[in-house]
Amino acid sequence: MTSKSESAPGRVAYINARLLDPASDLDATGDVLTEGEAIADLGPGLFADGVPEGVEIVDCGGHCLCPGLVDIRVQLREPGEEHKGTLASAGRAAVAGGITSMVCLPNTLPVIDDMSAVEFVARRARLLGLTKVYAYGAITKGLEGKELAEMGMLTESGAVAFTDGVTALADAQVMRQALNYARTFDLLIIQHPEEPSLALGGDMNAGEMATRMGLVGIPREAEVIMVERDLRLAELTGGRLHFAHLSTGIAIDAVRQAKARGINVTCDTAPPYFALNETAVGDYRTFAKLSPPLRHEEDRLAVIQGLLDGTIDAIASDHAPEDEDAKRLPFAQAAFGGIGLETLLSVSLELYHNGYLPLLQVLRLLTCKPSDLLGLSAGRLKRGAPADLTLFDPDSAWRVREQDLLSKSKNTPFDYRPLQGRVLMSVVDGRRVFSRDS
Amino acid sequence: MIEDETAFSYTHRHLLGIEGLSPPEITALLDQSEGYVEQNRQADKKQGVLRGRTIINLFFEASTRTRTSFELAGKRLGGDVINMSVSNSSVKKGETLIDTAMTLNAMHPDVLVVRHPASGAVKLLSEKVNCAVINAGDGSHEHPTQALLDALTIRRRRGELSGLTVAICGDVQHSRVARSNIHLLNTMGARVRVIAPRTLIPAEAARLGVEVFHDMDRGLEGCDIVMMLRLQTERMHSNFFPSIREYFHFFALDYDNLAKAKPDALIMHPGPMNRGVEIDSEVADDYGRSVIREQVEMGVAVRMACLELLSRNLSNDISRNL
Repeated sequence: MTSKSESAPGRVAYINARLLDPASDLDATGDVLTEGEAIADLGPGLFADGVPEGVEIVDCGGHCLCPGLVDIRVQLREPGEEHKGTLASAGRAAVAGGITSMVCLPNTLPVIDDMSAVEFVARRARLLGLTKVYAYGAITKGLEGKELAEMGMLTESGAVAFTDGVTALADAQVMRQALNYARTFDLLIIQHPEEPSLALGGDMNAGEMATRMGLVGIPREAEVIMVERDLRLAELTGGRLHFAHLSTGIAIDAVRQAKARGINVTCDTAPPYFALNETAVGDYRTFAKLSPPLRHEEDRLAVIQGLLDGTIDAIASDHAPEDEDAKRLPFAQAAFGGIGLETLLSVSLELYHNGYLPLLQVLRLLTCKPSDLLGLSAGRLKRGAPADLTLFDPDSAWRVREQDLLSKSKNTPFDYRPLQGRVLMSVVDGRRVFSRDS
Repeated sequence: MIEDETAFSYTHRHLLGIEGLSPPEITALLDQSEGYVEQNRQADKKQGVLRGRTIINLFFEASTRTRTSFELAGKRLGGDVINMSVSNSSVKKGETLIDTAMTLNAMHPDVLVVRHPASGAVKLLSEKVNCAVINAGDGSHEHPTQALLDALTIRRRRGELSGLTVAICGDVQHSRVARSNIHLLNTMGARVRVIAPRTLIPAEAARLGVEVFHDMDRGLEGCDIVMMLRLQTERMHSNFFPSIREYFHFFALDYDNLAKAKPDALIMHPGPMNRGVEIDSEVADDYGRSVIREQVEMGVAVRMACLELLSRNLSNDISRNL
């Protein structure tokens, strides 16, 4: 397999594809013509009279061609912790996973709380020429939860929204001011919803499993208490609020009711929370130690329900690389987090294969909806849009194996899981940045 | 003009705030002030209308310009003026506000000019004394003489207040100047806008009769008057804004956003200015448009008028006033 940029953008005809565009409900056999960095045309029978002279032809073999995936929650570890992951390793893993745009958390070293850090990420990503990389700015300076970062100027440098990353913004007054100040510039605030004092020292979901294993539990209430508090603050300020990786039925219920009340709130979840439950922790598997923790089966089903009824707006990989030093430890000492770029699409397709969601709805949660949340130009097959495309075979079977993963850190909670559906090719700005051999 | 009995006059015992004053009352105060502007430009600035009257400047909060302005006003009218900075005397010894008021009251002052860091404190004090009380600023509530001097400055430049569009920019949340100005300008028929980040706009601000903006360019569009407020930079640590440089970048007055206002728009500031925080130095020093020094001049005239009108209302037998 290759992952380098193969071709300078010219005119390319992607023929014989099953075109899937969730934004326009398009699901039909057809073709796409890209010209330079943009989609020039698309539709069924586009090349009924043959492909014009001088246009490169890529035969999609009847596979699915959809807008490139937009992943709104990725930890890059660069700058600062390059031994765990880099922009280059994440970029290679992302394009192999069909992700053509990703948004990184500000919890790097240094923290992305000033303009130069935002510009650093953008510049490095441009030079790599793989997945497009956007950055979140920190809500508070140094992610300390005390003083607001320069959200207005960070936005002018390219920050797409604001979050304190894997740290919950705990102080209610700071959160109120953050929502209020952000609304001045119509910015989105993203919360990691976990009441820190309830999660303190916890290793996994609170309940029978934790009791049997002798581990400290993090109750579901840690999530819903923060969600309900922030919903009140969003209502008070009118600010735009987004909750990352919801994992519990009670928190999803709270968001569902808030949306019904007309509050300006959105949320996402990550594949582990609809594909796994706390039993994955099994024999103290630290790769399944995630934040928020894997929950009870009832919660997993509630997450699927939330995806089904539209309460949950997006699926993000929640990619969190950790090296062996951080994971080969007694469970309580191991780091939280799992990688997810390369399994995002395949695990999400389980929702389709298991009959929960139509294929277009799964793709909607991975393309236009996350893109619209952050106001990106990605996520749509339409004329003039960036030529960011993902070609995948929805049925081909494979098994996740550590040694096959391109990510620098290998800590996937899906290790050895058989999956159905795989990315064959990724196109970013008209350039084929990934194609799977064989 | 000073001897004239105008058709409407100011008949209240105190001047505690602008809210609730009627247009004729405000006009009477401004008309009275107008006469003193000329007098203050003469070599002989002294008058005797306050002869025998005692004025105490009671300041519970540091102030130089307001206190000096009141002191000059009292002295130019021939009154006896005493300055008391309470922050470093009785309060430190634990005396309550009311005790201080009672103590001073026993000395039979005619007018107390009071500034206090707590909203409502001046009104509380006024209920306990026999004399007239002028609010020289209470917390984030009101600063009526500032609004009057701003109004006088505008009126002299523009003829009248009615119909003008005035943008008040900056920390409206904590500003007594903003509140007094909003009340006065609305009462006199001007249109008032406020411009600030949401964190510096108080809740339900629109209920005060203002149009709220969060963008300088949009808020200044077509304005006749641009009134800047002083930003207290220590507010940064309470997350009202992230940094001075960000505040300056988005909310300071500079030639770029001033260009959105009317070409002859006046620039005002209650002082003291933070150059490079809420106002670009160039703009502050633009003699053609900045009337900041004129505001200070009008301040003395307005305070003379207030002292004069209030003492006119005092009975000669002070004990009957309570």
